[in-house]
Amino acid sequence: MSTDPRHRAGSDEVGGESALRIVWLCPDLLSTYGDRGNMLILARRAYARGIPVETLEVRSDEAVPQEGDIYLLGGGEDGPQALAAQRLNADQGLHRALARGATALVVCAGYQLVGTSFFAKGEKVPGLGILDMHSDRGSTRAVGEVAGVPDPGLRLPTVTGFENHGGRTHLGPGLTPLARITAGIGNDGTTEGVWQGKLIGTYMHGPALARNPALADLLISWAVGSTVDPIDDTWPDKLRRERLAAVRG
Amino acid sequence: MTTPEPGHLPLRAKVASSLSRTAAALSRAAGRGDGSVIGGWLGLKIDPDLLRHLAAGRRVALVSGTNGKTTTTRLTAAAMGVLGDVATNSLGANMPTGHTSALARAGHTPYAVLEVDEHYLRQVIEATDPLAVALLNLSRDQLDRAKEVAMMATLWRDAVRDRDTRVVANADDPMVVFAARGARHVTWVASGQRWHDDSWVCPACGSHIVRAEGDWHCAGCDLRRPIPQWTVEGDLVVDPAGARHPITLQLPGRINRANAATALAIAAQFGVDPAKAAPLLGQVASIAGRYATVQRDGRTVRLLLAKNPAGWLEAFDMAEHAPTLLAINARDPDGLDTSWLYDVDFSPLHGRRVLITGDRAMDLAVRLEVNEIPFEHMTNFNRALAAVPPGRLEVIANYTAFQDIRAELNRVN
Repeated sequence: MSTDPRHRAGSDEVGGESALRIVWLCPDLLSTYGDRGNMLILARRAYARGIPVETLEVRSDEAVPQEGDIYLLGGGEDGPQALAAQRLNADQGLHRALARGATALVVCAGYQLVGTSFFAKGEKVPGLGILDMHSDRGSTRAVGEVAGVPDPGLRLPTVTGFENHGGRTHLGPGLTPLARITAGIGNDGTTEGVWQGKLIGTYMHGPALARNPALADLLISWAVGSTVDPIDDTWPDKLRRERLAAVRG
Repeated sequence: MTTPEPGHLPLRAKVASSLSRTAAALSRAAGRGDGSVIGGWLGLKIDPDLLRHLAAGRRVALVSGTNGKTTTTRLTAAAMGVLGDVATNSLGANMPTGHTSALARAGHTPYAVLEVDEHYLRQVIEATDPLAVALLNLSRDQLDRAKEVAMMATLWRDAVRDRDTRVVANADDPMVVFAARGARHVTWVASGQRWHDDSWVCPACGSHIVRAEGDWHCAGCDLRRPIPQWTVEGDLVVDPAGARHPITLQLPGRINRANAATALAIAAQFGVDPAKAAPLLGQVASIAGRYATVQRDGRTVRLLLAKNPAGWLEAFDMAEHAPTLLAINARDPDGLDTSWLYDVDFSPLHGRRVLITGDRAMDLAVRLEVNEIPFEHMTNFNRALAAVPPGRLEVIANYTAFQDIRAELNRVN
């Protein structure tokens, strides 16, 4: 499938040394439902600020590029998730990029991956070990709207998304959750996601940034090293109001 | 082969069949639906073997796949009409209760063509012992409850493996080829595959699928595109003998010419001469409102149903260059999650006037903004109709949004 034309990968057209490089890892394995959306949304919002953008889709059998500014991991089923863990651990490129302080958004199965372990097809599987957190199986599958109040340090409005996962995630003592749950399950029914340095992990699956433009802008500002000016968010704001009203009943 | 006489049904099945017909009639009379599901549900409650009894003695074709099964079933039933009376579930009720209802309502017919929900294929094969099964395609569809695509392909493989059933399968979908290649008799149709995003990984070995110029193969094992016996060239369907059959359909899009090729290929398994059947396909105008064209207030409204990303890509191919209304809901039958909107590239709509409506129009608004497609939001269908000038209005909607608009148009068929 072609991506939206202006954001098509390829450094010749829009790239260059100064372009913001958005790297979507393992789209062949971790792209269950709309995961491409986060890449498209980041690209559009950066472009709207006059920031040149280059998007790269890097398959699991290709080396993780080192020159990325924002790395993305999406959601997936158990089998592909375990395979992604194997390949990313063998490559170590994502580990190196995050160690030097690259920005990252990891979602759903991709979120579980960055921890020390997760469960796939009933077995405990080693994760990437980038963060001190692990995931196990919950007694029920968490499917539906999720919302939460972000950590005050992020200065973000309420986050809203759709979750669909069987896992529960337990953060080590040094880690900060992305948000305190007000609807849905998230990590464990109390907290949702993780925030560590320039990495955000979340169970808001698929195109999480569609409903959370401020989170998208935060990732961009981390990557470019300065805040970004507001843009017209009439439609995302309407969508946010509608979804937040839906969970309030 | 004998055909079933009513007297041959065991008493329990006979009572169940008669009750089932009564309930369907009541449901229709009460305005609660098409009557195609409730009747079958009651019947199956009384005799779980009812479908087996009703299918016994009929020569049966089954049609399954993520997209195009209702249309292909209708086209196949039209092609099989060359031979005699055909029972079919043409209202899209495609689970065993719907099959039971369709067969009970049809009375005794020598042939049956049944659309089957992909999750139920094995069960319905076992109950109906079909002469032929068509496998159209597999792609993501309502993942908040559906099985992942590779798992579905494995279920299909197990359903047709080592059976005498003749399988008619799409050579262009790696998931379908993986499922069908273990069957004893396979006829390959070049039906095409516009949506590739669920078949980049080989279901057999996990390596990558390599595609080039309409061909494909697995980089790691022997799974590859088989040589198709049936192909489509423009408006011609080419049969295994090389004969070319002109196809003039009322249904739009390349995918429906491929569906026509599949219908002719299935009918050929029953001995139908494609030259005789091809002209009958042109009589199919619309199916439960799908592709229906309705005149309303000087506008010519055409209805296209698109239930998942692959279906949306096909709908863009079918829609004419005219004002286009997109309608999205996320109720239970649609799946509650709208994330799939980002799996669809809406750029084919560039340059058209785009209107949006439905329960989840805001999700669509944000998606179109990301795709840089200008749009106008309408709070309901009638406002959209009033907003466009006399002439054509294309409507593309997902399942319940489609039914809502169809209701506005007096349940057009």
